[in-house]
Amino acid sequence: MNKRSIVIIGGGPAGLAAAVSAYDSGERDILIIERDDHLGGILNQCIHNGFGLHTFKEELTGPEYAARFISQAEERGIECKLDTIVTDISAGRYVTYMNGEEGIVTIEAGAVVLAMGCRERPRGALGIPGFRPAGVYTAGTAQRLVNIEGKCVGKRCVILGSGDIGLIMARRLTLEGAKVLCVAELMPYSGGLQRNITQCLDDFDIPLLLSHTVSRIYGKERVTGVDISEVAEDRSIIPDTAVHYDCDTLLLSCGLLPENELTRQAGIDINRVTGGPDVRDDLETSEEGVFACGNVLHVHDLVDYVSQEAMRAGKMAAEYVSGRRKTDGFELKLVTDGGVRYTVPQYVSPAQMEDSLTVRFRVDKEYRNKKLCVYLGGRQIRQQPKNIVKPGEMEQVIILKKDLETAKPEDTVKICLED
Amino acid sequence: MEEYNLTCIRCPMGCSLKVTVDGSEVTVTGNTCPRGADYGKQEVTAPVRTVTSTVPVAGGEIPVVSVKTAGDIPKDKIADVMKDIKKASVTAPVKIGDVIAGNAGGTGTDVIATKDIKAR
Ligand SMILES: Cc1cc2nc3c(=O)[nH]c(=O)nc-3n(C[C@H](O)[C@H](O)[C@H](O)COP(=O)(O)OP(=O)(O)OC[C@H]3O[C@@H](n4cnc5c(N)ncnc54)[C@H](O)[C@@H]3O)c2cc1C
Ligand code: SF4
Repeated sequence: MNKRSIVIIGGGPAGLAAAVSAYDSGERDILIIERDDHLGGILNQCIHNGFGLHTFKEELTGPEYAARFISQAEERGIECKLDTIVTDISAGRYVTYMNGEEGIVTIEAGAVVLAMGCRERPRGALGIPGFRPAGVYTAGTAQRLVNIEGKCVGKRCVILGSGDIGLIMARRLTLEGAKVLCVAELMPYSGGLQRNITQCLDDFDIPLLLSHTVSRIYGKERVTGVDISEVAEDRSIIPDTAVHYDCDTLLLSCGLLPENELTRQAGIDINRVTGGPDVRDDLETSEEGVFACGNVLHVHDLVDYVSQEAMRAGKMAAEYVSGRRKTDGFELKLVTDGGVRYTVPQYVSPAQMEDSLTVRFRVDKEYRNKKLCVYLGGRQIRQQPKNIVKPGEMEQVIILKKDLETAKPEDTVKICLED
Repeated sequence: MEEYNLTCIRCPMGCSLKVTVDGSEVTVTGNTCPRGADYGKQEVTAPVRTVTSTVPVAGGEIPVVSVKTAGDIPKDKIADVMKDIKKASVTAPVKIGDVIAGNAGGTGTDVIATKDIKAR
């Protein structure tokens, strides 16, 4: 059987950065497998700007950011198989892929890096009464149609869900000459970044209706209109609040989910909150030698963080295959409380960890004037003020190796918000 | 003295800025980096934006190429810039940085390609 040292599944920004960093850590036998006919992943359709300020100190569009990492991989001569889909990962790190030229092939990998990204939540609006006429798209599908295939999706649009893709598409369609009537959001807060509300909605006077949802879709062949109703605190529709909008297009922007069919099939532990695998501080999953990074691990809103995380995963995979990794000591579980929904990583090894560890997390709703606290077995090891935290924005806190020196195996590391 | 609460849009961190204008004196607080201070000052005096869109490509591996204004343009010129972008078209191959429409909307800023497109 064909053996490869590091196999990276997915050639988006995460896969590319992991490959480059594994190479720069001394590993040469690296293979990226990508199912699309292009590298770059979702960035190819994110033609707006706002990428890479932290990595490259300039503001790039998605395709430009991807191009930088693609050329870094090319310069290093890293092998990529395009139009090739991974269909299975099994115990012992056997990776099976399929493509038109080779058919079905299984290779044995020294280490695997999962970088499959995420996909859109399937039509979150399936519960809406009415037919399923043409003109109802997920926002990401519409983004692909407009930005890559050059198609027009509609003239009068309503957007359900205020995730970033929906907001970005509101501006995009407006600039294309369509009328975006409103963005309706079920929750009392937006799921998107504040900057996108400012520059995609406010700039064009597009109303954002919080605590509203589409209560009915009209039209048989093609959408002819929708009703939008207010929702109560329990998210149920308040009767007699429906307002009718004539429109030919409804975009659904109901969030993203890590793409983890392969991970699940492989029997790797999946976190119920993130939808991605549980990982330790070195980004290794519950399966030895299998690492994860990028949107497959948890949904990121900043590609810069994806790249940083992926660089670590690539480096750790290289250390693992070269036998440089020391595997001693116990691991502590990171637990959450007081509004913190999840953390990544979920485990930390005090002996193995680097001098500092960036823990990323999200909160369950908007909070103001709180303190973020970190406890080791009941003792506070870190505290930092948070003027405002929002569920749409990923937060982070640094944990130092020296703070965990006294840890005992039965301790946990608790991350929580306090008054 | 006037006060504005803004969200910095220079990067996805989206810092909350407080901008105070006192005559010709503009002060910005709440920014994490110097770009935020620049943004705050600019936004209350002469707001600017980067415009991104797509332009049809003849003979390319995909039918459109993504483009952007090479720099910021005044916010009230967005519509004029879009008019010029709508008129533009190119023939493959296209390279990142190729000028697609010069002096778009009379702003003095070019519209450039943001994707490499190979010929079909
Ligand atoms: C609409 C939108 C707007 C965004 N806006 C911004 C922004 O303004 N600024 C910013 O910094 N970030 C932004 N982001 C976030 C950023 O783009 C993502 O976090 C980043 O692209 C994630 O990278 P990734 O490599 O994890 O995933 P992806 O880019 O999704 O790449 C995953 C790759 O894996 C491949 N793949 C999946 N399964 C398989 C398989 N079984 N076999 C082979 N290949 C497979 C896919 O084809 C894909 O190419 C945005 C994201 C979206 C969706
Ligand atoms: S102030 Fe700096 S870090 Fe904050 S949003 Fe603006 S550019 Fe980003």
